[in-house]
Amino acid sequence: MTVPAIELKGISKAFGPVQANKDISISVAPGTIHGIIGENGAGKSTLMSILYGFYKADKGEIWINGKKTDIPDSQAAIAAGIGMVFQHFKLVENFTVLENIVLGAEDGGLLAPSLAKARKELKDLEQEYELFVDPDKRIDEIGVGMQQRVEILKALYRKAEILILDEPTGVLTPAEADQLFRILDRLRAEGKTIILITHKLREIMEATDTVSVMRRGQMTATVKTAETNPEELAELMVGRKVLLRVDKVPAKPGKPILEIENLRVTDSSGVERVKGIDLTVRAGEIVGIAGVAGNGQSELLEVLGGMRPGSGTIRMNGVPLALSGPGSDGQARRAQGIAHVPEDRQREGLIMDFHAWENVAFGYHRDPAYQRGIFMDNAALRADTERKIEKFDVRPPNGWLSAKNFSGGNQQKIVVAREIERNPDLLLVGQPTRGVDIGAIEFIHKQIVALRDQGKAILLVSVELEEIFSLSDRIAVMFDGHIMGERLPHETDEKELGLLMAGVAGEAA
Amino acid sequence: MDKMPKWADVILIPLISLILAAILSTLVILAIGENPVEAVNLMVTGALGSTYGWGYTLYYATNFMFTGLAVAVAFHARLFNIGGEGQAMLGGLGVAMVCLYVPWPHWSIALLAAMAAAMLFGAAWAAIPAYLQAKRGSHIVITTIMFNFIAAALLNYMLVIVMRPAGSQDPATARFPEAVHLPTLHEMLAPIGINFSKAAPANISLIVALLACVVVWALIWRTRLGYEIRAYGHSETGAVYAGISPVRITIVAMLISGALAGLMAINNVMGEAERLVLNSTEGAGFIGIAVALMGRSHPFGVFLAAILFGFLYQGGAELALWTSIPRELIVVIQALVILFTGALDNMVRMPLEKLFLALRKEAN
Repeated sequence: MTVPAIELKGISKAFGPVQANKDISISVAPGTIHGIIGENGAGKSTLMSILYGFYKADKGEIWINGKKTDIPDSQAAIAAGIGMVFQHFKLVENFTVLENIVLGAEDGGLLAPSLAKARKELKDLEQEYELFVDPDKRIDEIGVGMQQRVEILKALYRKAEILILDEPTGVLTPAEADQLFRILDRLRAEGKTIILITHKLREIMEATDTVSVMRRGQMTATVKTAETNPEELAELMVGRKVLLRVDKVPAKPGKPILEIENLRVTDSSGVERVKGIDLTVRAGEIVGIAGVAGNGQSELLEVLGGMRPGSGTIRMNGVPLALSGPGSDGQARRAQGIAHVPEDRQREGLIMDFHAWENVAFGYHRDPAYQRGIFMDNAALRADTERKIEKFDVRPPNGWLSAKNFSGGNQQKIVVAREIERNPDLLLVGQPTRGVDIGAIEFIHKQIVALRDQGKAILLVSVELEEIFSLSDRIAVMFDGHIMGERLPHETDEKELGLLMAGVAGEAA
Repeated sequence: MDKMPKWADVILIPLISLILAAILSTLVILAIGENPVEAVNLMVTGALGSTYGWGYTLYYATNFMFTGLAVAVAFHARLFNIGGEGQAMLGGLGVAMVCLYVPWPHWSIALLAAMAAAMLFGAAWAAIPAYLQAKRGSHIVITTIMFNFIAAALLNYMLVIVMRPAGSQDPATARFPEAVHLPTLHEMLAPIGINFSKAAPANISLIVALLACVVVWALIWRTRLGYEIRAYGHSETGAVYAGISPVRITIVAMLISGALAGLMAINNVMGEAERLVLNSTEGAGFIGIAVALMGRSHPFGVFLAAILFGFLYQGGAELALWTSIPRELIVVIQALVILFTGALDNMVRMPLEKLFLALRKEAN
């Protein structure tokens, strides 16, 4: 039998009372792609951080190529031939590709020889793995997919034999993701060992040879990918049967609630982000906006939610909304029946240091029901919180905890509870399940569909195509500030949407 | 999960910081060849050993409560108001005008008017940096500190050119009329049979300061405005999401902060000096920063920290008076306390957090 490229034996790691990793053993054969899948907080990232020398395991051993290896820091990890591609790239934006690749691996005090050497090696690497990038382009001039290649090249330049990729497709279009998987295939063919961390079942099924499932800090199973299926993996991840598809009856769209005409949004640095879009959302339907992050969807939501000014016309129930100046802030929007589950619950939707009960009023804190004379009626707030915690099954059911002490899924439930319980005419939902575990995803999706079935209008923005498909009654694709086209979910497929998301024009696709 | 229990955060950390500052101060006193035990003894008796000592300690503490609260309110909106000094100077100007130019029948009415003037002048002085921060993005730290210098220059001008009584060589206003004299602790406590030192400057402003602590507490944790200030302080994007105007909160929080700093003038100008002199604030605006830091921006913490710094001020003065320990060393000791409780907070916090995590693991 071949010696495993990586063998972890009995790794345990605790952060205070939280056991992040518990007696984890895993063996990765050389020249394979090994997937690690699990919900948020299952301990995947901790495990990889131990392997890359960011954390020290409390117990357990790391064996690389049959040799017991100590990895006290990332330098040691690199020396052992391990390279890591982080979810958030660690590149210097105003450096060139070449400079970024050399950064931290320069030899000698003068830069020129290192750069020359790197340029040569980069050529070889490009040839070998078909990883083409322009070495003289600045990072901020190239796309996200390219930036990811630079990260991979960085690792290869440092002689990595083992490559760890943490949620690599989060920022990619489906086409870019496919390209990435082709590169990974190629790397595997050249004998590299790859560990792919993801929460997307589809990627695991597509790309990996073997898959390990983590749940609550433990490794629950390691199976050959060919011998399993998404349903089984999901069940292993969550510990119970889950519904991967949302159950919903066909929509019965009513009168238009939200009408957008020629909306334009310019950001604070003067760049036009939304370039004249038209969109209508009717009562009783969910309209999903698909698109790669950064194509104007966030700005669209923010204008609708009163977070930034725009120009054009937006009518809510036939009444035009102020798009700048007085009457265009979040308070005005709420008064007009618009509720908003923002894209970033940690920076926008919640105040992380506030108690849950304070967060339940956030945005609605001027509601007379929460006031008593000149003071806020904290007792009423807490009672309201208890009700919402119970109805939305927030765990732990303790309104006195700070928002930051809840898991991502439960934080999102607090936001969703707050917004949905306002019984709005229009619900704006941005990335409702980002960083949310599968169990909570199922619950949140059900709540959104239930609101639709009450005849409310819902505008959903998500970068997860799967989510767009399973929730939307109508899909609009945004690219570079334009709506590239609208499709009905049963009349299109991921391939067509992928082309639209990449900016390939409407009917031709 | 919070890393450690709340009591450790609010009591243990400041306490350990203080002990560290004390140890270092001891070493410094030893290094210049003085006896630290004697020095501590002198400070404690000097500041707390008599009603005279208490009278001064509480007088200083009153100043620090006002300026500490001022900094604390701004902190809650994540604004660093280091212009308390200038705002307090301007407050003094307001108080002096009210006391000198209006004939008051009784001190109580004069006090109310003086409070209003002090708050108005202090708030006005904070308003310009607040506006520049909110609308123009000029950093509040830079503008408020520059406004301290402008305030000093303005006060200089007012005292030398405008308000100095004819014939006087002293850059100060005339003495306030007897009618606006505020009751001292001596006068307040005598009727109930407590003999408080007659010479000590602590006065009824102390009560106002205590009330201000309560009012600020209610404002921050019980009102809608306080809710909005805290929300904005924790997350500006969050505030925008909730429809809380950053411009409005920045300006309102700074106005409140400036008003509180200005309010200090009823203590040092109206209560103690009974006239406006140059440098009447004696750095209390800056001490307020340390007081707010140490008090974790909580009014009760500010109250305790103000008493502590009052003790350090009065004890330090005694030390300078009775030993050959130079006045500068007192400043060093005060600086050490500020350094450890404010700037080096994490030095104590991080090991302590680790300790608590380890203890909790043990318990599991």
